[in-house]
Amino acid sequence: MAVPGALKRLAAGGTHFGIVAAFTIFSAFPFYWMLITTFKRTSDLMNRTHNPFIYNEPPTLEHLRVLFAETLYARWLGNTLLVGLIVVAVTLVLALPAGYALARLTGRWGEQLGIGIFLTYLIPPTLLFIPMSRVIGDLGLQDSLWSLVVVYPSFTVPFCTWLLMGFFKAIPRDLEEAAMIDGHSRFGAFVKVVIPISVSGILTVVIFSFTLVMQEFVYALTFISTASQFTVSVGVPTFLVHGDVYFWGSLMAGCFIASVPIAILYNFFVDRFIAGFTVGAIK
Amino acid sequence: MDSVDLSTKEGEFLVLLGPSGCGKTTLLRMIAGLERPTAGEILIGGRVVNELAPRARKIAMVFQSYALYPHMSVYKNIAFPLKAQGVPKATIPQKVEWAASLFGIEKLLQRKPRQLSGGERQRVALARAVVREPSVFLLDEPLSNLDAKLRATARDELQQFQRRIGITTLYVTHDQIEAMGLGDRIAVMQGGKVRQIGTPSEVYDEPADTFVAGFLGSPPMNVVEAPDALIGFRPEHFLPREAHESPAGLTALPFRITRVEYLGADRLIYGVLEGKFQGAKVIARLPSTVMAPVEVGRRYEFAVKEKDLKFFATATGLRTPPRPL
Repeated sequence: MAVPGALKRLAAGGTHFGIVAAFTIFSAFPFYWMLITTFKRTSDLMNRTHNPFIYNEPPTLEHLRVLFAETLYARWLGNTLLVGLIVVAVTLVLALPAGYALARLTGRWGEQLGIGIFLTYLIPPTLLFIPMSRVIGDLGLQDSLWSLVVVYPSFTVPFCTWLLMGFFKAIPRDLEEAAMIDGHSRFGAFVKVVIPISVSGILTVVIFSFTLVMQEFVYALTFISTASQFTVSVGVPTFLVHGDVYFWGSLMAGCFIASVPIAILYNFFVDRFIAGFTVGAIK
Repeated sequence: MDSVDLSTKEGEFLVLLGPSGCGKTTLLRMIAGLERPTAGEILIGGRVVNELAPRARKIAMVFQSYALYPHMSVYKNIAFPLKAQGVPKATIPQKVEWAASLFGIEKLLQRKPRQLSGGERQRVALARAVVREPSVFLLDEPLSNLDAKLRATARDELQQFQRRIGITTLYVTHDQIEAMGLGDRIAVMQGGKVRQIGTPSEVYDEPADTFVAGFLGSPPMNVVEAPDALIGFRPEHFLPREAHESPAGLTALPFRITRVEYLGADRLIYGVLEGKFQGAKVIARLPSTVMAPVEVGRRYEFAVKEKDLKFFATATGLRTPPRPL
C-alpha cells in the first residue's frame, strides 16, 4: 500500500521539479548565453561546426578590452546610473503626493482622473518624440543628459502615480486619522505612517523607473548625438554594430554587465515587487 | 446630523447609542475634527474647537479597527502621540510604561501589532489613547471586533479604567447591552438626531418616543395601537394575571399564544392580543420563576400594571401623559 503512495509523491515531486527546472532554464538561458559569448573567441563563435554551448577554443578577454578600451562603455554606465537615479527621485517626488492626493483627497473625481493619467502612459514614445524634441529644443537641452531627465518622468510619473494610488487606497483611512489625532498634520501622517507602510509600492516605483531608464532607446537616440552623453541602451548598439558587422562578444559583455545588477536587485525584492503590483487589485 | 444639542459632564461616561447609519460615528468624528459640521459649534472644555485641527483638540480616539500602526512595535505605537506632540524624550519611556501597566501589556511592548490577539490589540489602542492624558476620550465601537466572551471582560475593564482616570468619555456603540452596562448616561440617536438622553434606567423605563422604546430592550417594548394613542409595555411586564402580586391596578389583555421560545432563564411567548387590541402582535417574557403553563394556540388572561403602560402620540410617536384606557 505504501509503495503506490510513495510513487505518487515521487511523481508529483518530479513533475514539480521538472516544471521549476524548465522555467529556471528558460529565465537563466539569456544570462548564460551572454556570459559565454562574452569570453568566446570570435572564430569559435562564428564556426558553425562548433557546439555553441561550450568553449571549443580557449576563452579570451579581448571583447571586454574592446568594450572598455575602445568604447566609452564605463561612461555610458555612469550616465545611465545618473539619469536613472535622478529620474527615480523626480518620479518619487511627483508621484507620491499625486497618488496620495488622488487616492484620498479628490473624492469621486480621483478615480476618473487616475484612469486618465494612466491613459496618457499608453501613448507610444514613437509618437511623442516629435513634439518632445521641440520642447527639448526650446529648453536648449539638445545633446545633454538633462533632456532625458526631463523626458523620462513624462512616462514614469503617470504610471507610478496610478500604481501608488492603488497602494494608498489599500491603506485603511483609520491609520492616517489616528496619526492626525495623535498630533500630526495630514502631511505628517503621510510621512510618518503612510510612506513607511507603502515601502513595497515605493520599491516597485524605484525598480520600474530605473529599468525603464536602462532600456529606453527611442528618446535617448533622438535627443543625444554625442558619444560621451550616450546611455548604455544607445551606446552599445551604436558603437558595437558597424554596418552589418556585429561585435557579438562585446555586445554580449555590455548587456551582461548592465543587466546583472538589475537582476540581483530584482531578486532581492521580488516578493515586495509582486505585492506592489497586486495590491489594490483586490479590495 | 440634524440639530444635535448634547453636553457632557466632566468625567462622565456618555454613550452614543443607535442603529447603524444613525450618525453616531459621524458625530464622534466631528468632535474629533475628522469631519466638519455644516453649522453649529463644538466645545471641548468650554473652548470652541470648530476651527482646530484634530491634533490641537486634546482628544484621544480609539477606532473600531484599533488603527495600530502596523510598522511599529507596541512600544512605538504607544510612544507615537507623545513624540508627535513634542513630549521631552526623557519622559517618554516612563509614560509608555505607565500606560502599558494600566492595561497589563508590559510584556508585549516589543511585539508588532500583527503578533497580537484581538484583545491585546484593543488594549494597545487604549494605552495609546490614554498615554498623553487627553481631556476627552472618544471610543468608536472598540469592542465590536472581540468575541462575545472577551467582550464582557473588556467591558468591565473599560469601565473600571474610566472610573479610575476620570476622563470624560464618549463611547459609540450599536449594542444596547454595552450602552446600558457602561454608560453614566446614554444618548439614543436615530436619523442624525438625538432622540433621548438620560441614565440607562431613564431611557429604558421612560422612553421619550416609540423609537427609543423599540430600540432598547430585547425583545423591545410592545407597542399597540389604540384609537387615539400608541400604548407601549415591556415584555417582562406583560404577565399572566395570576403572576402579578396583587390584582389591583392591572389592565387585562387577553392573549392568544402562537409560539413559545424557551431560553433557560426566561420564556419568550409570542402571540396576538384579543379583545380591545384585536390582532396586535406582542411578546411576553416570563422569567423561569413564573411557572404558569402556556400552550401554543390557547388563550390566556394576561395583564400589565397600569403604571407600566406608556403612552405615545399616534402622529409623532412622542411620549404623552398616561391616562385611563
